[in-house]
Parts: sequence; C-alpha cells; structure tokens
Amino acid sequence: MSILNWLGALPGAAAQGIIWGIMAIGVYFTYKILDVADLTVDGSICTGGAVCAVLMTAGMDAWLAMLIAVVAGVLCGLLTGVFHTLMGIPAILAGILTQLILWSVNLKIMGQANMALPSRSFDVLVAASRVGVSLPILIVFVVVLIALLYCFLGTELGAALRSTGCNLNMSRAQGINVELIKVLGLALSNGVVALSGALLTQYQGFADINMGRGAIVIGLAAVIIGEVVTSRLANSNFVKKIGIGYAFRLLGVVIGGVIYFFVYQTVVFLGLDTDLLKMLSALVVAVFLAVPYWKKKYLSSPHKKAAVSAGCTNDAVKEDESNA
Amino acid sequence: MLEMKNITKTFFPGTVNEKVALKGIDLTLEDGDFVTIIGGNGAGKSTLLNAISGVWKPDCGQVIIDGIDVTHLPEYKRAKYLGRVFQDPMMGTAKDMEIEENLALALRRGKRRTLKWRISKAEREEYRRILADLDLGLETRMTHKVGLLSGGQRQAVTLLMATLNTPKLLLLDEHTAALDPKTAAKVLEITDRIVEKDHLTTLMITHNMQDAIDHGNRLIMMHEGKVIIDVKGEEKKKLTVPDLLAMFANASGKAFTNDRAMLS
Repeated sequence: MSILNWLGALPGAAAQGIIWGIMAIGVYFTYKILDVADLTVDGSICTGGAVCAVLMTAGMDAWLAMLIAVVAGVLCGLLTGVFHTLMGIPAILAGILTQLILWSVNLKIMGQANMALPSRSFDVLVAASRVGVSLPILIVFVVVLIALLYCFLGTELGAALRSTGCNLNMSRAQGINVELIKVLGLALSNGVVALSGALLTQYQGFADINMGRGAIVIGLAAVIIGEVVTSRLANSNFVKKIGIGYAFRLLGVVIGGVIYFFVYQTVVFLGLDTDLLKMLSALVVAVFLAVPYWKKKYLSSPHKKAAVSAGCTNDAVKEDESNA
Repeated sequence: MLEMKNITKTFFPGTVNEKVALKGIDLTLEDGDFVTIIGGNGAGKSTLLNAISGVWKPDCGQVIIDGIDVTHLPEYKRAKYLGRVFQDPMMGTAKDMEIEENLALALRRGKRRTLKWRISKAEREEYRRILADLDLGLETRMTHKVGLLSGGQRQAVTLLMATLNTPKLLLLDEHTAALDPKTAAKVLEITDRIVEKDHLTTLMITHNMQDAIDHGNRLIMMHEGKVIIDVKGEEKKKLTVPDLLAMFANASGKAFTNDRAMLS
C-alpha cells in the first residue's frame, strides 16, 4: 500500500521537478555560462508567481500572464545587472540586494503575503490536481524552451555571452561590451526563473512570499546533479558531431531537477522530518561544490609528478632526514 | 597609422607604491611599420600597449589611430581597430569554446552581434583554409575545444583571431615568451607571414634582442617610461646585440638589466 503511495507521488514529483528544473536552467545561465553566482532568483521566482497570480485572478489568460511574468523577471535581472555593472557591486551582493528589494515588491504586487489561484476557478495551464494532463504539457513546454535557449546560445549574441563567462579579457579584446552582456545574461536568466515561478504558482494553486526561499540551492543542486547525469552523454562523440552539446546540458539540468524531487519525495516518504530538508539540500550542494576542489587538491597533483621528474622523490627526502 | 602624443601614466599616485610608468611618450607609426619594442623590467613596454588598447585612460596625452582620436573610447570599442595577442596563451582564447567558435567571435570584432544563428558554410571553409595555412593540423580539429590545444597552438589561433578581421594595428605583447624556443620560432614565423600578407602595422614587444633585430623594420627601446632608442631602415638591418647593449648603456647610463633578455 505505502509503496503504491510512493509510486503514486512520482508523477507529481516529476512535474514539480520539471518546473524547478526550468528555474535551474536560469541558474545554469548565470552560474555555469556567465560564471556569476546570482542570488536574485530567490526573489524573482516569487515575482513571476505573484505577477501571474494577480493577473490571472484579474481574469487574464494564462499565457499572457506568463509572458508578463517573464517580463517582470527580466526587469529583476536588469536591476541586479545595473547594481553589478554600473554601480560596481559584487555580483553576489547585487543579487542579495535585489532579492531584498523584491521581498517588498512582491508583497506590494500581491497586496498580501500569499494569494490563492485555485485550479477549479481559473483556467490554469498546469495543476497538481490534474497531474496526468499537466505532466505532458510541462514536458512539451520544457523541450520547446530548451530548443529556444539552445538556438540562442548558437547565435552571435549567445556566443558573446559564453565567451564573456569564459574569458573576460579576450572578450573585451574582441570588442564585446562585457558589461552589457552580463546585464543581458542576468535579465535572460531571471526571465526564465520568473517563468518557472509562474508555472509553479499555477501548479500548486497559490503564490507565496516565501516560495523562493532557498531556490538558488535547489537550482544549484539540479545543475550539479544534471551535470553528473549527462556529462558523458553531452561530451560523447555523437552529440559533438551533431553539435548539440548545450541542448543536452540544459536537458540534464531539468533531469537534475526531476531527480532532486524524486529524492525529496522518497525521503519524505521514508519519514524524514521535513523541517530538515532545506538543511540537507544545502549540505548536499556544499559537498558537491567541494568535490571539484578536493579532486584538484588531493587527487590530481601535477606538482607531485613534477617533483618526481625533478628527482626529489619521498625516498630522497627520507634519506636527507636520516642523514640529519 | 598610430600617433601617440605626450602619453603619461602614473600608477597608484599619491601612495608609497606610486610608479610613473610612461613619461610623455611621443610615437608615430607609418602605415605598414613593423616595430619591435625592447626594454628592461618595468620599462613600460606593456603599459605602452595597454595605453593603445585602452585598458585604462592615460593621465594626459592623446592616442590617435588612423586619424581617429580614441583616447576616450572604452577598450571594447577600440577593439574594432586593434588585433591583440597576449603573453599568456590562456588569455587570448576562450578555452571552453571550439576553435571555429573562437574564430567566429573574432570575425565579428567591431561589428554588431545579432541573433544570426550558426557559422555559415563559406565562413567555415575560410577558417579551414587559414588554419591549414598554419600547418599545425588544426584544420581537422575545428570543433575541438581550444582548451585542448597546446600553448603554441593557442597562440597561433590567437594570432589568427587578431588578424582575421584585418586590424588597423596589431599589438603583440611578448606573445612568444611563454613558449619553448622551437614553438616560439614557429609562432614568430607565422607572425611574419601574416604581417607580410596583410601589410599590417604592428607593434611587437619581445624580450629577445636577436628577435627584435631580426623582425620588423624599426626597433625602439624603452627605459623608465621613455623611448630611449629608435632605429629604423638600413641602420636597423645592420644592428647587432652588442651594438644594442652599447647603445642602451650610452642612452641610459646603466647596463641593460632584464633577466630574461640576458639569458636568451
């Protein structure tokens, strides 16, 4: 019986995973491509949700409401971008400032701390109460989104975005206005994040001022899990040959989101105290972020090899010690 | 092609670290000049190139490229006129991007970047042709990440990137210094070929006096933020390293000190 409960919860977890995976795509754009840690997302996901909830309760069509939510997210990213580039504030701090601003803005948008958007009264695109219909819609939605973003990364502007994240000096030398590109990247990223906020609000039937708390950690977790799961595929010769590595990487991020919610569902099912979940997520992300650092520090040690080739092996050191 | 008028730059003014890097530099390059720059540690060679490329603004003076006053243009706008290769092979290319993507970025230097998608077939053929000219086998690895290339290969690609969209001025900042002698010679040979082919006005910093003599049509030596020796034409062709050292001692009243220059 309980196993069946668990299985029954999986489609819901998958739907949630895809929605949060879309948010994680936004995080991927800043964290991985632009090499900027942007904390705006904790606020902009809620902005997207709040705008969508307010507009839809006022009778607006779901698609139009989502479009306006995206615009609102883009504005959030622009603000962080302006803080970072025009005012010279470090990216992390710029994101935190915008996040705090958005706390007030989101309260003003909704006029209260939360806002219901019940699926039985409004014509929402996706809803937890009809997972069977929502899941295929979300899958199509995310595939189209990935295709669009993948195409963008292949454009001249998308290439400038990638090179800015990879090598600032070289990008400047090639005539790229790196400050403008950073603002553009932050705006795009937060637009995507707000879109996921709008979907989440429809799916769960409400927007809440706290819905974005810790979103960045879930996003990072999805990015990291996705990287582990799809790195081999994205770097395979076949994928390289047809040149769609980035499409696979973005897909990996969404898969990472889905896996995150499967694990979440499972630990909840196993009876773990849900109060501890945020702490555990953060710790898992911390460990995963540490892995590349540890690998570099303890596993591959070029200086050791260099030492050996230079003739100073440990034995030689020991001899020195015994002589002394 | 290039005119520098009274360029002065002081770093960390008013602090104990105050350093006058350039003291009223006046330098004019004719169209097609290939100038080698040599000088001791901290003579202001790289600072001079940075003044041209706009890494910072000079305290006073003017930089004019092909009749256009660029003194107040930011670095990314000046890039339109300049091709640059740096000392560190890692600096001139985006390692996570493919060779052809790097070249495509460079081809669009000084142009508006739009939502135009992908590299066209004709463009790719052009890249294949110029990569084949390098004779490093890179034409078969165009979709490889630049990060997989050796230092010399990366410098060669950076050279192509700097000159793909023909610059008014090519700036080479000790671009062979980080390479082993054989690779350095190869990259220098490629440099000569490209400069010759496109008749490029070039400024090349080198720490190797022999290279400074062997390449280009004009040689300048810098010392403490000033140009102290400027030799061109026939006079430069007859120059030898001992001549150069003697000229330096004469002009500066000191023996030449550059650890690397002495060794090479």
